[in-house]
Amino acid sequence: MNPLKRYLPLVDDEEAFLAACERPLPYVVRVNTIKASVERARAALDGEGVGYEPADWHPGLLRLDRGSAGATWPYFHGWLHGQEEVSAFPALVLDPRPGERVWDACAAPGSKTTQLSALMDDRGLVVGNDNNLGRLSALRSNAERLGVTNLAVTNQDARNFSLKPFEGARDGHRGRGENGRGDGGGDGSGDGDAGGGGNGNGDGGEGADGEKPADPSFSAFDRALVDAPCSCEGTCRKNPDALDEWTMDHVRSVAGIQKGILRRAVQATKPGGTVVYSTCTFAPEENEAVLNHVLREEACRLVEFDAPLETSPGVTEWDGEEYDPSVERAHRVYPHQNDTGGFFCAKLEVTA
Amino acid sequence: MSENDGQVFDRLPETPDDREVPGRASREEVVEWWAERFGVDPNRFDGYTFWEKGAGKIWILSGDVADPIAVEGLGMAFLRTRQEHWKPTTNAVQRFGRAATRNVLELDGERAARFAAGEDQEVEWDGDWGYLVVAHELAGDLEPIGVGLYLHGELRSTIPKGRRESLAEL
Repeated sequence: MNPLKRYLPLVDDEEAFLAACERPLPYVVRVNTIKASVERARAALDGEGVGYEPADWHPGLLRLDRGSAGATWPYFHGWLHGQEEVSAFPALVLDPRPGERVWDACAAPGSKTTQLSALMDDRGLVVGNDNNLGRLSALRSNAERLGVTNLAVTNQDARNFSLKPFEGARDGHRGRGENGRGDGGGDGSGDGDAGGGGNGNGDGGEGADGEKPADPSFSAFDRALVDAPCSCEGTCRKNPDALDEWTMDHVRSVAGIQKGILRRAVQATKPGGTVVYSTCTFAPEENEAVLNHVLREEACRLVEFDAPLETSPGVTEWDGEEYDPSVERAHRVYPHQNDTGGFFCAKLEVTA
Repeated sequence: MSENDGQVFDRLPETPDDREVPGRASREEVVEWWAERFGVDPNRFDGYTFWEKGAGKIWILSGDVADPIAVEGLGMAFLRTRQEHWKPTTNAVQRFGRAATRNVLELDGERAARFAAGEDQEVEWDGDWGYLVVAHELAGDLEPIGVGLYLHGELRSTIPKGRRESLAEL
């Protein structure tokens, strides 16, 4: 069955929606501002006679008039990264600041991770996690080509992600001295129950208003991005297989994973911090229903935000289920609205 | 004495006097190497920390994390040490090589394209032998392409196989 038909009751213009889903997607690159200004990257493309049109909602996204930028100088230099236009949306919503600590729970192959680094001016720390070891090598090579230096890469199941590697030795918050190592004599820091839950002790540690905290260890993030694995119908313009492979069973099983990851992201983020949840599926089971679940289980609320592109609000009922009314604050992006892929994006604030 | 552990990233000691792991480069030596070899101002690396994982492979991280740290990747692979001639990575030179004032070899359009494709070539160069920052003119400024090894009148391209590309002659 064509899963797109399921969603017709949700869209304002069925014909435009279906027609847009049939069209191939323009090839888009994001300018990597760690290595080049938008101006200079455009000058380099001009110099090679590559035509482009900036996306009207973001000057650093360029729609190319040819299929790839891989064999151009600005790409070789890491000034450009091939990235689906709408997938640049969630990092902008997360809005990380230089010097912050940010978790990207499902990071590979790294388009959004490296965009987070660029938004942070390559300062602070991005922890890019992925449970798939094979895909991590793509994340690492993309990050290196783009000149990212503020990234730590981890290989964990995001649902029970442990911050232990970043917590350092438990004791001696202060006493570890300059040359860190040495004293502890490799006790493996195996103390305590720790477990998966401990969002805990977000105490102090901030360091004055400088960007460099006195103690480099930490146990909670300032912000987190959960760009969750999903049914991906929103990518059908690039990858029509996503429609053929769609099953309701997969929707159900992946929704369970999504809930687990988003819950963990809320737990691992400081009170007052921001968590962004995004997918490239239209299925409410994987979007609003996931938010609804996490709103009930974790200390968080949905935040209203303006989208830089045309969107529709989250849906509050689907298939006989009713969701928390605040899920309306999420944004749905349908392919016909901005001539992009389909997308879903929600912003949460951690409240305790 | 501690040992080098290939499974974790260890922060480099500040100076050779702080060294606890035999053979490990210090931060001071790393920064001085870039100053001496390429004329990069040591202040360029303020706010960065340096780490070793595996024998001699040095990584650069913006900011700092707990030390030691067991993660899959940390910052960017930066410099190969524990060998007679230290060698910067292609990505390090692309990222930090704009600050180089010494041992920078500029190639014209045709030669730059050959270099990016991984070809070795004869060049005129009366500077130092060894590892050079190889650069070309792009969009109004000089831009580092990668690391070249200059020996006996020949410039060898060290662009890794996966990064080589057949590009236009600008």
